[in-house]
Amino acid sequence: MENNILEINQLSRVFRIGGMIMGNKIKAVDNVSIRMPSDKSWIMSIVGESGSGKTTLAKMILGLLDISAGNIIIDGNNVKYYRKHKKEFYKIVQPILQNPFTTFSMKRTVDSYLYETALNLGIAKNKEEAKAVITETLKSVGLIYNQVKDKYPNQFSGGELQRISIARALITKPKIIVADEPVAMIDASLRMNIVNIFKNLKDEYNVNFVYITHDLSTAYYVSDYIVTMYKGSMIEFGNAKEVLKNPGHPYTELLLESIPKIGAKWSSEDRLHMEDAENKVINGTGCKFAKRCPYAKEVCFQISPYMVQLNDCHKTLCIKPNNYKVD
Amino acid sequence: MFEINHVSARYNMLTSFVNAVDDVNFNIEKNEIFGIAGESGCGKSTLLKVMYDLVDYPLEISSGSVRLYNGNSETNYIETGKLKECWWKDISYISQGAMNVMNPITKVENQFFDTVRRGYHKKMTKKQIREKVAAYMKELELSPDVLKAYPHQLSGGMRQRVLIALATFLNPRIILADEPTTALDVVVQKDILTMLMSVQKRMKNSMVIVSHDMGVHYQVTNRIGIMYAGQMIEIGPTDEIFSHPKHPYTQMLISALPKVGDNSQKEGIPGTPPNLKSPPIGCRFAPRCKYAADECRKIRPQMVPVGDKHFAACLLLEHAKGGNE
Repeated sequence: MENNILEINQLSRVFRIGGMIMGNKIKAVDNVSIRMPSDKSWIMSIVGESGSGKTTLAKMILGLLDISAGNIIIDGNNVKYYRKHKKEFYKIVQPILQNPFTTFSMKRTVDSYLYETALNLGIAKNKEEAKAVITETLKSVGLIYNQVKDKYPNQFSGGELQRISIARALITKPKIIVADEPVAMIDASLRMNIVNIFKNLKDEYNVNFVYITHDLSTAYYVSDYIVTMYKGSMIEFGNAKEVLKNPGHPYTELLLESIPKIGAKWSSEDRLHMEDAENKVINGTGCKFAKRCPYAKEVCFQISPYMVQLNDCHKTLCIKPNNYKVD
Repeated sequence: MFEINHVSARYNMLTSFVNAVDDVNFNIEKNEIFGIAGESGCGKSTLLKVMYDLVDYPLEISSGSVRLYNGNSETNYIETGKLKECWWKDISYISQGAMNVMNPITKVENQFFDTVRRGYHKKMTKKQIREKVAAYMKELELSPDVLKAYPHQLSGGMRQRVLIALATFLNPRIILADEPTTALDVVVQKDILTMLMSVQKRMKNSMVIVSHDMGVHYQVTNRIGIMYAGQMIEIGPTDEIFSHPKHPYTQMLISALPKVGDNSQKEGIPGTPPNLKSPPIGCRFAPRCKYAADECRKIRPQMVPVGDKHFAACLLLEHAKGGNE
């Protein structure tokens, strides 16, 4: 038990939409369990379409959202414990947000955020010490302290700001960084620079990453593990290379097929999926994906699927894992 | 058929100008899908606005014009300033956020009336239009129920489909699409792009697609123009650009794209795009280019042919052409 740095047990989060009587319940995160080891640093990608619960899951890991059921244990303590021990929590877990332009206030200098993090969380005792820490973390993301000093956010490009927010997260030497779509706002030519920073930090500083994205290509490039979410459920978990080369769930396969790949053109006979992807109200039994699944059988609508272990670290939520194409 | 003649456009910021599009010159042929690729801030959306004649303060055209030729005639054309008169009929525009385009308080079918009645079927009754629209929706494999819905009742993907139906309803000769799938999920994105391609195949008109996603361009377009910092730096057939990119920027951009199944280490392009208020004098990519020589920073490169219908603006390619090769 002690070897798990991040442990998510049967986690659920329900949102109510509408009034008390007419309202609907939406299970944004539905019974998700993930265990991540602490012996080797990792990058875990959470992929899925919008509305699949990726961000809700991230917010719960960050302690920003209440949990409806289940629990999250980070470094041996429940997130509820960290509620009262915020300083301790932010030394272990740090966020990186999607839009670097809204991460920083336009009215404050960027380095004030860095100093604040260093001083408030007790990383440095005074300004001199803080400066040393900041210089070092900025260096690890490829920036120089003098480039950043006394500047406002509008003096930086999106890529640079994103690096600064990574540097800020690094000040506390966290064990886990939760990055919610960190490269969605970054241009293609700069995207790889940011993603490579994650790889370096993982190797050099032993930081673990929860990397939330809808982009399977960067997920494949950067991650060790991959979690596919669909309508709140974790439908596949496993080694990134294995999952994306040999998906165990038809939805992961569909996602992979839909990427506009370079090198292989879509054939005109590819199946279409006119079924509405954003049908958010979820209830009833059966597989949530069955309606859109081209391989769905009668049973898929009747029995709720359960996690099937394909091998050591590859599991999928499908009644017919791996051989769903066969009748 | 559709000519973009040395267009420059800028944003008037009162105290200064941002030269978002600088001397862009190319043609769009009949029956082709042309892609405009580039990073954010490279001027691709501004160019599309100029092409659609959607020029409003603070945007202004500083030189050049856009011409839409009627048939094969060389003298019969509609130019910038008059294009607005043939919106929807000859030229139509699919915008990025479909939600912002449709009137939120009226049903989808009513949105068609405005389009149809823009002078082309003035005598048609509402009933006739409704029937025509329903038939067209069927052609596009969209459920006719959509017509009875309000825009907010539709999902993002469905709204984008309706918008495509709206834009293609009068069979325009050219359709401009600005990031038609950026806000959508990959699965829906594929559907929409497939739909666009099949519409174009059937109508045999021209289509211009602006996207930052090189994968989308690879899948959809016949020809691409790559823009960098307001200039068109490379134009060529899509397959040619992806297999033999000539401009260093295109080369670096394509090699920086991660792929599923590709385990090699990828590097981004160092540095950031220049500020368009005061762009570099020479090649605008020179500060980030690993091949840049001294003269790259002084002389502005011109488009030179580097292959069949393939042009690139790079001094190194110019020399290769005039010199030993």
